[in-house]
Parts: sequence; structure tokens; C-alpha cells
Amino acid sequence: MNVPPSSDDRGGAAQPLLIVRDLKKHFPAKGSFWSLSRDTVQAVDGVSFSVAKGQTVGVVGESGCGKSTTARLLLHLIEPDAGEVIFDGEGVGAPGGIGVRELRLQMQMVFQDSYSSLNPRATIADIIAFGPRTAKKVPAKQAHERAERLLDQVGLHPSLFARRYPHELSGGQRQRINIARALALEPRLLILDEAVSALDKSVEAQILNLLADLRRDLGLTYLFISHDLNVVRHVSDRVVVMYLGRIVEAGDVGGIFRRPSHPYTQALLRAMPSMDPDRRTDASLLTGDPPNPINPPSGCRFRTRCAFAEEVCARVPPALEDIAGGHQVACHMMVPGSGHSRAGTICAGHD
Amino acid sequence: MTETPAVDVENLVVRFRQRDRTIHAVNGVSFRLARGEVLGILGESGSGKTVTLRSLMRLLPHNCAIGGRVALDGEDVTAASESRLEELRGNRIAMIFQEPATALDPVFTIGQQITETLVRHLDIGRRAARRHALDWLERVQIPSARRRLDAYPHEMSGGMRQRAMIALALSCNPTVLLADEPTTALDVTVQIQILLLLRELQRELGMAVVFVTHDVGAAAEVSDRLAVMYAGRFVEMGTARDVLRKRAHPYTEGLLAANLHGVEPGSRLVTIPGAPPNLAALPPGCSFAPRCPYALPQCVETMPAPVICGDDHVARCVRAEERIKLAA
Repeated sequence: MNVPPSSDDRGGAAQPLLIVRDLKKHFPAKGSFWSLSRDTVQAVDGVSFSVAKGQTVGVVGESGCGKSTTARLLLHLIEPDAGEVIFDGEGVGAPGGIGVRELRLQMQMVFQDSYSSLNPRATIADIIAFGPRTAKKVPAKQAHERAERLLDQVGLHPSLFARRYPHELSGGQRQRINIARALALEPRLLILDEAVSALDKSVEAQILNLLADLRRDLGLTYLFISHDLNVVRHVSDRVVVMYLGRIVEAGDVGGIFRRPSHPYTQALLRAMPSMDPDRRTDASLLTGDPPNPINPPSGCRFRTRCAFAEEVCARVPPALEDIAGGHQVACHMMVPGSGHSRAGTICAGHD
Repeated sequence: MTETPAVDVENLVVRFRQRDRTIHAVNGVSFRLARGEVLGILGESGSGKTVTLRSLMRLLPHNCAIGGRVALDGEDVTAASESRLEELRGNRIAMIFQEPATALDPVFTIGQQITETLVRHLDIGRRAARRHALDWLERVQIPSARRRLDAYPHEMSGGMRQRAMIALALSCNPTVLLADEPTTALDVTVQIQILLLLRELQRELGMAVVFVTHDVGAAAEVSDRLAVMYAGRFVEMGTARDVLRKRAHPYTEGLLAANLHGVEPGSRLVTIPGAPPNLAALPPGCSFAPRCPYALPQCVETMPAPVICGDDHVARCVRAEERIKLAA
């Protein structure tokens, strides 16, 4: 039997579990039949962030911002064009680092669509046992016993569910199966890509509680991708805000929600309904839809919808700069001497 | 002196007959809506909110039986003939859907679709109808409206299509607009624009709107009154303020907590245990009783009568009064 790679903490507590540097993926866009032009969708364009051990990092953004592509690139479900992924101090695919197969044993993913991500012809127990049996050569009997323990752990009674098929379960139950399947390989990092978005609110709350319990009990680290700002605020320690393939702001959840500094983050938070009929939103800070990621604007990608855009914004893409204790913003207004007339006049956003 | 309500629904019952069972989708819904009023119907999947909405327009499949009475502007829809319904639909009563991509016809331009509706319902010619259609695209704030008139639905972005569908629905000045999760498929920053637009047009035209959603936030943005639906019944109805603040029914309380409304980040969420009841075999008593942390023995036996909790605030819960006092 192959010895599975040790899932011990190798780099120590201070070593971030995941470091992503300058990740890029450009897809060729489908042009019209006769056109010879080669447009590209710059789905992910220079994304860098890190995830500390035991943390939950939330990634938010609207459709087309590249949050799901980023998740798939991390697991090499699609190959990145450029960039570096370092898992617990070891470069993925780098000489002396760890390979993709090994990485996938330690990093697993839960997808949004709980139905299409399960094999409809396999029983629940087989689905959960499949990973350990193939990737870790665990004998069938042991793998099944473990599958039953996992079912119990995600709140489903093994004797009721082990022999059933995915179509017999509700959406919430299926998502529990997906979580159990992801945990079967004993990963250290779980990527949750809109994992609760398709569920009814009352079911979503149950799954969020389950995820919190599992994180505590198993010492997991989460990368939580969602478009739902309320959920991200609830679960995250750190938040990364993406817009058209780039990170525009990142920081502690408190800092991002109390003092959003990038004009896009501000607009995004202002667009959240208040749930209070006496404090209704009276105006939208943004007009129109997010632009097409095919051939995005030059310089700062948000400039076409930004109320403060100036000439420098079209010319120079703003770098993600630290403005205060790990709160990073990519906006010329935050950098003194950037050439923007408001540069340095604004201190860390509005309350 | 009382004005005829724009929508008057009395004891609406909808059943779907299947081969070996009957689905009790809507089980006695009653409400009145004045002109210019917005009612938000809040509920989870399978609560019967969409079926309620569709039965107002009688847009339901043939295997269903509708009971009770639905009147629009005093006219009984339940008794109306098919040809009369065709006259009403799209004219005095209009509907917008969650997925404009499927609700709009892909082989006609936006302009053709609006023009067709106008010619069908109003006594005007094509040329005038096209001018009218252009007006409407401008009113729903579609940029370069003249060009968009000749665009096909697939050539527009999601937010733009939703605006086009609103223009199509409102083009004949309906008295009642039925909105079925119109902002659910949209991004947050687009969603708020559509909600603001709907609110503005609703006020301008003085329409009555029934807005069905699972999203408490969206409902709170547009509704004057809110109804919370569970297993085919309104379990609580009142002004948006009362329902969101006083939450007399335990299900309302659970639903709001699950929406992370006023919940401390990172804290353990109070969840509703179990799952909604099987609509083919509803329990005899309160449908929520099996999941309710406050249930009394009598809750399981008989369906509680509506309890008046305040001006225009009703909840179907035996403990509603006690709960409101406790909350205050």
C-alpha cells in the first residue's frame, strides 16, 4: 500500500497554508465565424493572495470577476497560463515541490451544483469511498467504514443514507454528501465554490453551521467563494474582493465591511439591501452591468464605472498596496504621488 | 366608501392532481391589495408563492384545480373565459419573471415584442406602437434605446434584458404587476438598480404589485406589506415594518435568522430543524408545528386561526400575542 503523503503541518503555524502569486489565465474568446481577430477573455489576470492556516478567506465579486476560475486554477482543474501556487511552503509543480496529484489530496473542492457533481449511478457510500480507494489505495471495506463515519460527521444517518442514490436526496442532503466526499481524502484546505448559494436560506444556515463545526473539529482551512456578501461577512476572517479578473481590495472582514476603501467595494456594499424598510437604499452608486471580460478596459479595470476616474487610471493599472495592517487596496486614490488628483487625500474609506 | 381593491383574493386553493397523489400547493390564501400598494410574498422553494402568483393570472397547467375567488379590479378572474383572460393578460395584469432570457422570445427583437403587445391590446397602429416602445425602453433606462429596439434578447446583458422585460410588461399600463423573483438571477449591483427602477415605476404608474421572492433583503426594499408563506398558507402578513421587526410567527423568526438578519458574524446560526412538510400529505394541525420550537399540544391537532397582532398584522400562530408581548 502506498504511504499517503503526510498531512502534517510541515511549514509551521506561521507559514501560510496557501500562497498564490500572480496567477493568470486568459481564454481565447469565440469570435464570429469570419473574424480573424483573436480576442481573449482575461478571466484571471495577476491574482495574488495568501491563506493562513485555520483561516477562512472569503472571495467575493460579481459574475465574470474570475472567482470560480481562480478556484479551478488552484486545483489545476484548468491549467494556469502563469503564476505560482505554494502549498504549505512547497511550490506546486516546482522542482523539489509537490505535484498536482499530491496537492489534490490536501486541497479539495465543493461545487455549487450539488446534483451534477455526484455520480447518479453510484450509491452515497460508493461516492464517498471512491476517492480514498483510488487515490490512496484504501481497501474497499475500510473505505466504506470510513464513508459511514463521514456520513455521521456531516449529520446524515449512515444506515439511512449509505445505500441511497443522489436523486433520492434533497439539495441540502446532497450538499452534505459533497462535503463528506471532499473530506474523505482528509484534505487540509477546502475550496467552497458557491457551495451554499443554490440552497434555501433555512438549509443554507444548517450547512453554514456544519462547515463551522467541521472547521473547528478537523482544523480545516477554507477558501469560501460566494457572491452573497451577508454569508461572506458571516463566515470569513479575511475577504478578497475581485473585479474583472483582478483583486481590487483585500483585508480583515471587519476592515472591509466597516471601512471599504476601493470605490468598487464601496458600491458593492452599498448595493446590499438593508433589510429595514426605514433605511431603504435610495440610489445606486453604479449604473449598468459589469463590463464584458473580453478586452477589458486599460489601466484600472473599474475606471469605466468609477465616479472618480481620471487620466492616470486609464494609463496605469493600480497595484495592490497595503494601506493599513494587511488591508490592501488597488486604487490610485490611495497612493500619494500616483498622479490622481485625490491621491492621499482619502484615508481608508467611509464609515 | 370603499374603493374596489386592485387584487382581491379569497380563500385561494390550488391542487395538482398527479397519478397517485394530490399536491396541496396553496391551501387557503386570502389578501386584498389596493391600487398603488406593493405586497411582498416571502417564502422558500415549495412554499406555494409562485403558484399563488400564477393563479392570479390563471397561468397554471391543466392538471390543477383552482378553488376560491380571485378578482382583479372587481372582475372575477376565476370565472373568466379563456378569450377574456387573453385580453387581460399583458394588458391589465402583467408579469415579469426571474429569467428574462427564457421569458423573452429569442427570434424577435425587443422592439417587435413590445410593438406586438401594444398592437394587440391598445387600438393603435404599428408606427405609433413602435414610438411607444421606444418611449418605454427610455423609461426603463436602457442606454441607446433606439438601437436596442432592434436588438435580439441574446445581444443584451442580463440586467438589460430584465429592463427590457419590465418595459414589455408595463407597456400597456397594467393595473397589477406580478413579479416572480425578478432580481434573483442578477448580480448585487444590478439587482439594486432593478429594485430602484421597479419602485420608481410603481409609484409613477400607481400599480399594485405582487412581488414574490425568497430574498428578505429584496422584499424589504420594495414592499409596503409582507406576507410570509409556508406550506401553501400565509403564516404571517402585515406591514413590512411589523413583519420584519415583530415577527409574530416562529417561522418568520427562523427565516429572518437564516437570512443572517442582525446576526453576529461568526456566531452559531439558529436554524429551523427538519424539512418542510410533504405537500401530498399535510399534517392536520399547523404545518410548521413539527419543526416549531414553541409548539403546544394543540398545534398538532388543529390549524390555528389567524390571530390579529395589530393594525393590519395577522399571524397564524396560537402563541402570536404572547410572542409579540415578549418581543416588545
